[in-house]
Amino acid sequence: MAINWFKYSSPASFYSLAGKMIPLFAAAAIILLIMGLYVGFFVAPTDFQQGEAYRIIFIHVPAAWMSMFLYVVMACWAGFGLAFNTRLSSMMATAIAPTGAMFTFLALWTGSLWGKPMWGTWWVWDARLTSELILLFLYIGFMSLQAAIDDPRRADKAGAIIALVGVVNIPIIYFSVQWWNTLHQGASVSVNQAPAMASTMLMGMLIMVFASWMYSIAVILKRVRIIILERESHTAWVAELQKEGVV
Amino acid sequence: MNWSSLSEFLSMGGYGFYVWGSYAMTLICIIGEILLISNRRRTLEKQYGHTSGLDKKRDINETTS
Repeated sequence: MAINWFKYSSPASFYSLAGKMIPLFAAAAIILLIMGLYVGFFVAPTDFQQGEAYRIIFIHVPAAWMSMFLYVVMACWAGFGLAFNTRLSSMMATAIAPTGAMFTFLALWTGSLWGKPMWGTWWVWDARLTSELILLFLYIGFMSLQAAIDDPRRADKAGAIIALVGVVNIPIIYFSVQWWNTLHQGASVSVNQAPAMASTMLMGMLIMVFASWMYSIAVILKRVRIIILERESHTAWVAELQKEGVV
Repeated sequence: MNWSSLSEFLSMGGYGFYVWGSYAMTLICIIGEILLISNRRRTLEKQYGHTSGLDKKRDINETTS
């Protein structure tokens, strides 16, 4: 039984698959969000140093991780679209950018609100904060570059270039706390050593990370379906959908 | 259970402004993003609606009533 790997690379079949998946991811996101907030506010204890202010971690860290992760995923899809000339891959990259930009902005915003009480300043030109700000400009650059070009296929190619060039910024952000002497603290959670965090705090944070994954997938699939319709409006299958009034 | 009263919960150990300022912005961004997407979808359907009689229900009501 040969698996047809490319079945869902056609916009039409992916459109219906994504349609079925969105409610699942949306439900998972809501459930995990409620669990994460409950553990974060009602189970995790007060921090001996930072008191209650540390509870911003339950959105700051997921947002920061998502901002980096979504950029890498966006660059991969953009790279596939550029290399294999597959329309749907480029549509995925276009669909990811706004959600990635939102998480980057949230990481900066929550970080700044956390920095004011703890560091005494809203902003400092620290390696971690500056590279994250550059990431925000990269997202905005990607979106505006694509919006500036009328022909979607050319916009995809141009966007793929900026996405791929910008990927170098992700390891810079991640390792900035080790390469430079930064005010921002080092990685409390990393793959090669035990997390330097209380278990309930870590639990709450990780649940929120998974909630942000589920949310991102649901929102990105929703957006990519709209992009598919916008770009494939000339095709027969979209005309078919319109007739059924089920677009 | 860390909090004995709602006011204590809202004050968040004196850091309420910062904690709730962060959570409020997160809520605004998420709701905003969802609204933007559904708005984009509605304009798309309106666009299609004119071209191919998308809103079939209305047509049916007119014929039956």
